[in-house]
Amino acid sequence: MPADHVEWIRREGRIVIVGASLAGLRAAETLRAEGFTGELTLIGDEPYEPYDRPPLSKAALLGMASPRHTELPHRREIDAKWRLGVPASGLDLSAKRVRLADGDEVEYDRLLIATGVRARPWPKEAEARLDGVFLLRTRDDATRLLQKLKAGPRRVFIIGAGFAGCEVASACREMGLQVTMAERAGAPLVGALGGVIGAVAADLQTENGVDLRTRVTVTALEGDTSGRVRAVHLSDESVVEADVVVVSLGSLRNTEWLTGSGLGAGPRGIACDAGCRAFDFRGIVTDDVFVAGDVARSPHALFGYQFLSLEHWGNAVAQAETAAHNMICRGADRRPHLWTPAFWSSQFRVNIKSVGVPPMGDQIMITQGSLAERRFVGVYGYQGRVIAAVSFDNNRWLEFYRRQIERGAPFPVEFPTMDRRPEGRQPVPADFPDPSLPTHGPTVTLSGYSPADQQLVFTPARH
Amino acid sequence: MRLVVDLNKCQGYAQCAFLAPDVFAMHGEESLIYNPRADEEQRERLARAVAACPVQAITADGLDGMGGSTASAPEASDAR
Repeated sequence: MPADHVEWIRREGRIVIVGASLAGLRAAETLRAEGFTGELTLIGDEPYEPYDRPPLSKAALLGMASPRHTELPHRREIDAKWRLGVPASGLDLSAKRVRLADGDEVEYDRLLIATGVRARPWPKEAEARLDGVFLLRTRDDATRLLQKLKAGPRRVFIIGAGFAGCEVASACREMGLQVTMAERAGAPLVGALGGVIGAVAADLQTENGVDLRTRVTVTALEGDTSGRVRAVHLSDESVVEADVVVVSLGSLRNTEWLTGSGLGAGPRGIACDAGCRAFDFRGIVTDDVFVAGDVARSPHALFGYQFLSLEHWGNAVAQAETAAHNMICRGADRRPHLWTPAFWSSQFRVNIKSVGVPPMGDQIMITQGSLAERRFVGVYGYQGRVIAAVSFDNNRWLEFYRRQIERGAPFPVEFPTMDRRPEGRQPVPADFPDPSLPTHGPTVTLSGYSPADQQLVFTPARH
Repeated sequence: MRLVVDLNKCQGYAQCAFLAPDVFAMHGEESLIYNPRADEEQRERLARAVAACPVQAITADGLDGMGGSTASAPEASDAR
């Protein structure tokens, strides 16, 4: 009977995908590639078909690409019904229906949620509305920001030195613009890569002419009489005049539409099992609801079965493929999503890449090259094993370290190999900020229980 | 023609930048930037770049043997 049900879903079931970006598109393609012949619907809140976001803070600002033309190529025909420009507004788990903001409802036999994240806005609404204050997440954001930057502002102020903020700073400097960047932590990229690497990122910024202000927060954005931003006030009481402000404070997961649905969804995303099946609020796995991409949190065997939430391009692709496969096959044929985290960034003409989960590491060794040359590999260790690696302009080593991570190779790294320097013989503290302090930046949310936790507190939902 | 490069896979071999310099360019020592919407006259060069990538990191549609024009959604209005 269950086997027949799966066969029926493959042939004539209705599959709905909420979220029409990278994960949603790749899932749709995988469903068709694996023989799904039923009805497929993609729902997206933006009026555009799936487009690629990484170029928006890099190639688009460097003039190599138009932010209006980063639509993703299709791997195959998906023959889908598209509902674009209308967000999903609710989910009825028992009736198996997705509600749309325009009042319509879409029924499903299997549902994939891939609603991703959005940029965290500047918290003071009146200031956020000032002309010249920008977020950078969508292609509309990028189009507006690029237009403003091309007009030649006197100074660009960037709030937050995570990857996106640093990439914008880099592009602005290449355009010859004056840039100030403020960061709450002691260096850029600290949340994602730790203080040792953050110091290198700080040098990159200042040597390229960015006015970098660390250990400060922005207290207010000041507008002029016509509602244009004119200055930024900082916690050290300094004031910086700027006519463009880019708010780059990380992201928020798009789960609000699931409030009251009974799904295990909240600010940290939607919890799911290793097979991408969503949990309900009781922690019981659902049968017909799957999640993938930035909005999902799933346990990973390599990282202590912590629920990892990865805002990584490659994760969106790999998790979408796994979810789609699992949606239309029998239990024994299902696959776990055990992709090894990996991401890239490019700033000031330096290629930054990482594998594994750096914020889990407590120590780091520079195993190839040197920090001073800004061409190196840093390997992160956690409890005696290799947990992650980062490269600056040295990316061909990463595949080697990915395999080390996957087989739990010992740390400190012992093998004698190419391009080792004396500075890499001993591990040093990786210097991540205390995770209990609020700072944005990490592209990984670690949410397992800390050994310091003495109890498990259950807070019931309101329904 | 639309294209995307999986920059996790990309190792900076620069074959694409050599074969289709109007679409791909190296930015610094090893980071790649590219135009994700290549002009029609780049078709042949793009196809060669896709084939030559040592790590098969480039996906493009509208090339022979690939998906072709598959989107059932209308082109975005600004595409004219």
